[in-house]
Amino acid sequence: MRFFKAPAVFARSLNEVGSAQTTAAYTTQGLTKTYGEGRSAVHALRSVDLEVTQGELLVLLGPSGSGKSTLLNILGGLDRATSGQVSFLGRDLTQMNDRQLTRYRREHVGFVFQFYNLMPSLTARENVELVTEIARDPLPADEALALVGLGERLDHFPSQLSGGEQQRVAIARAIAKQPTVLFCDEPTGALDSTTGRAVLRVLADVNRKLGTTVMIVTHAAATAAMADKVLHFADGRIRDVVHNANPAAPEDIHW
Amino acid sequence: MVAAPPPRRGWHVSPLTAKLGRDLWRIKGQAAAIALVIAIGVMMQVMMAGLVASLSQTRDAYYQRYRLAQVFAPVARAPESLRPELAQIEGVAQAETRVTGAGRVEIDGRDLPIAARLLSLPDFGAPRLGAVYPVSGRALDPNARDEALVLESFAKAHDLKLGQRLTVTMNGHRRNLVLVGRVQSPEFLYTAAPGELIPDDARFAVLWMSRSALAANYDLDGAFNEALLSLTRHARLPAVLAAADRLLTPYGGQGAYGLDDQFSNRFVSEEIKGLEVSAVVVPPIFLLIAAFLLYIVISRMVQAERQEIGLMKAFGYSDVEVGWHYMQLVLAIALAGALLGCGLGIWAGQALIGLYTQYYKFPFLVFQMEPSAFVIGILAAMGSAAAGSLVVLARLVRLVPAEAMRPPAPADYSRAGRWAPGLASAMDQLSRMVLRRLLRQPWRMAGAVLGIASGMGLTLSMLTIYAGFERALDLTFQVLDRSDASVAFLRPMPPAALSALDRLPGVWQVEAQRHVPVVLRHGRRSHKSSLTGLSPDARLLRVVDDKGRRQELPGAGLILAKPLAKILDVEPGQSLRVEVREGARPVLEIPVVGLAQTLMGAPVYINLDALDRLLQQPGQINAAALEIEPGREVQLYRALKDMPLVAGVSLQSETKEAFETLMDEGAGAMRFVMGFMAFVITFGIVYNAARVAQAERARDLASLQILGYSHGEVAYVLLGELAVITLLAIPLGSLFGHFLSFAIAEGFSTELYQVPALFIPQTHGTAALTVLAASAVSGWLVQRGLSKRDLTAALKSRE
Repeated sequence: MRFFKAPAVFARSLNEVGSAQTTAAYTTQGLTKTYGEGRSAVHALRSVDLEVTQGELLVLLGPSGSGKSTLLNILGGLDRATSGQVSFLGRDLTQMNDRQLTRYRREHVGFVFQFYNLMPSLTARENVELVTEIARDPLPADEALALVGLGERLDHFPSQLSGGEQQRVAIARAIAKQPTVLFCDEPTGALDSTTGRAVLRVLADVNRKLGTTVMIVTHAAATAAMADKVLHFADGRIRDVVHNANPAAPEDIHW
Repeated sequence: MVAAPPPRRGWHVSPLTAKLGRDLWRIKGQAAAIALVIAIGVMMQVMMAGLVASLSQTRDAYYQRYRLAQVFAPVARAPESLRPELAQIEGVAQAETRVTGAGRVEIDGRDLPIAARLLSLPDFGAPRLGAVYPVSGRALDPNARDEALVLESFAKAHDLKLGQRLTVTMNGHRRNLVLVGRVQSPEFLYTAAPGELIPDDARFAVLWMSRSALAANYDLDGAFNEALLSLTRHARLPAVLAAADRLLTPYGGQGAYGLDDQFSNRFVSEEIKGLEVSAVVVPPIFLLIAAFLLYIVISRMVQAERQEIGLMKAFGYSDVEVGWHYMQLVLAIALAGALLGCGLGIWAGQALIGLYTQYYKFPFLVFQMEPSAFVIGILAAMGSAAAGSLVVLARLVRLVPAEAMRPPAPADYSRAGRWAPGLASAMDQLSRMVLRRLLRQPWRMAGAVLGIASGMGLTLSMLTIYAGFERALDLTFQVLDRSDASVAFLRPMPPAALSALDRLPGVWQVEAQRHVPVVLRHGRRSHKSSLTGLSPDARLLRVVDDKGRRQELPGAGLILAKPLAKILDVEPGQSLRVEVREGARPVLEIPVVGLAQTLMGAPVYINLDALDRLLQQPGQINAAALEIEPGREVQLYRALKDMPLVAGVSLQSETKEAFETLMDEGAGAMRFVMGFMAFVITFGIVYNAARVAQAERARDLASLQILGYSHGEVAYVLLGELAVITLLAIPLGSLFGHFLSFAIAEGFSTELYQVPALFIPQTHGTAALTVLAASAVSGWLVQRGLSKRDLTAALKSRE
């Protein structure tokens, strides 16, 4: 319950967060994740140290099993580290219980997945409202959908939308709560390249216009061109960090 | 994922078989719940069919071996020379004659006399009909005048030893008899004190004596007062009865009757008939529900494994092979359930047969397994399970491999979304999800609701029937019959007998009664019965209508118990032909003036004054109801014991006790069985629905958790649906059970006893609570999985 009386920094509006460009959103120290034990243990993350600045757009690259999704899940409060520390705006995520993690996700985190994960029983608008109903200072659902270019078809069910449209609804749902950070795991993985570029454009807009920190996990190396910072993963470690002074527009990316 | 090479010979387990085993293990909870539902259906089938077979075969063998008569013809006094004539009646195989009489037995330590029936056995040789099964001791010595054989159950109830002497009053004379043997008889499988229906071993004695000794006591030397007949294979019973009546009427024949009207046989046969009906009705309910559950499970599984199915097809497995793979799963569950049911059925049958031997005194009664019941049970279980899943498997054929390989499109809710828009708009998103999922597959919801409702209905009806029995007990002893004891005389007595009773110590009130044996006829229907003459102002034994109001006995006319009116197809206003079977044997036309609510037996009431006039025997009585001053019972009983013309005294408290014992031991235990069955059905359905909902929505639920919804909110989405189904099922089950209880009461009521169906709110509450408890347990089991779940695994995308 302590978490419900959160420090003032948690209650900050998005604008304040956006203006503090140089604040660290996440800091990790010796972050390690191991699945299983003994000889069959799989080391998904091996002592990762990382700092993510607020308002950055990060792209995480690497082969399957290199640890990028695991990192995303731990930062997003979906999974727990085996050891090490994660701090979000000065708070230690590793010390939070389930209830606090739920609260953390509800207030600060947006997720976009490869397979959209929309509620098939709710329309596009209702899927977004699913989040706005429980968020503290949400965008109106229609506005969030307009941001992703879905001003129409609001009353269609997921089964009546194309893959790209479904992914844009998923993004609208993720950003409607005005999250501090948006995690995207293979957001274009199930889409063709044209639709994929449109989705990346939306993500770039969210980052630039709303100041949301965006972290994208992808296989598509070309996506790195639009990032402020690119993390290359291998064997559960960050092998390389590349800063990008002039990020490309998503429309100019080809894969 | 199955990448199966074609099955090889030898001990190699094919990958499909391995998959089958793993799939079964994965859905073990659901499989077990379904198997349990099947098991109960098969158990009932095996148990009831076995009981029917055991009881009816044992009964038939016992009847045949000990030559139970098929026709009983009581008569006042007929010469022995009539026997050959009886034997020559067309359709009669054997004729035997015997002497029977009412008497009473005194047992040390018991203040009340016990009613007894005395029967003769031939002096020499075995009887042609009506033999006894010797349990211990020896046969009667024809030269000894004071020897008797005693019915085993009575001897046991009073711990009577061979060689012991027993004081028996016969025909008003006290005799001292020595017990030389203990026997059983097919004529007395079921015994109850005279005028009662509930078995009580201790309060009714049956004694056999040699013909000459018994005849001497009843002044029947060279004569008989009951003829026994057996029939040839093609005999027509009504013709034989009519012929016997013609022969015996001049000698005071009281009307021959067939085995169907014999007291003991009627109870045994009704019991077997009831079991037969239940064996046909109950098991299919369980099997249908199981088929429905399997349909849901398989349909879910096929949906979830579209890719695997597509892959198998792409590899070249045929539709039949793929379909057979899933069918095997269904059949494995059905077979496991059926085998469990067979085992449970044998166990339950063996347990119940022990209970039956308490009421039905067979010399031997072993639970026989009925092979056909196993075959039918197993085939029906597997057949209904297969039928339920064939519908789903037919879809496999239509599944194109390429289509199956694509990720599944989101379930289409556009139709469900159009339903109830007003209701949906008033809800939050989570409730909307619950509502639309219910509306998307309304038939599936209806099936689950119906299933639970039928389970609840089944229980409710049984609870209602048993609760009804208790109400019946109250009604019988607090409203209908408020006497403390009833006294029966050996023969009709003058009015002075009543005053004599009235003067006995401790008697507060006496009411005269007269019972007259009659045959009632209406059109082509007839029924052997007896008239009960009551004084018009009777207070102790009352006649009430179906609203429980006291009915006045009019100056003339009959008031019939309702089931009897049904048997005779007669209504108030019509007349009955009443053939009196004693005295001058007049044949009378008497109008029916009313119907009476009764619960045991099917009495015919008439005003005692009217009866006097009709029989032209003023003031004669043969029974009396007594109200006794508390504390002076023992004194009264001793006084009654000294009145030689008193045939027997029965105490209401003992009758009530016998009834309560019956309810507690036999029927009472069934209440728990029924409760358990409802629990299993509801649990089976709800648990399955919950597991399917959980599996189908694993992704949705994980997404909700990721979006920041709490455990409770997510559980609400998962369990809300179940709550709606359960809540819809309860009123339906209530209604269903209500009507079912009336149908069952109607079906099980005979003229022996009427099963009352009443609206008893408590039973509805109990049944509903059982359903809610089953629902809660399954909900709890399923939601437990939510907290332990790995969120990211639920969303794992294929990389």
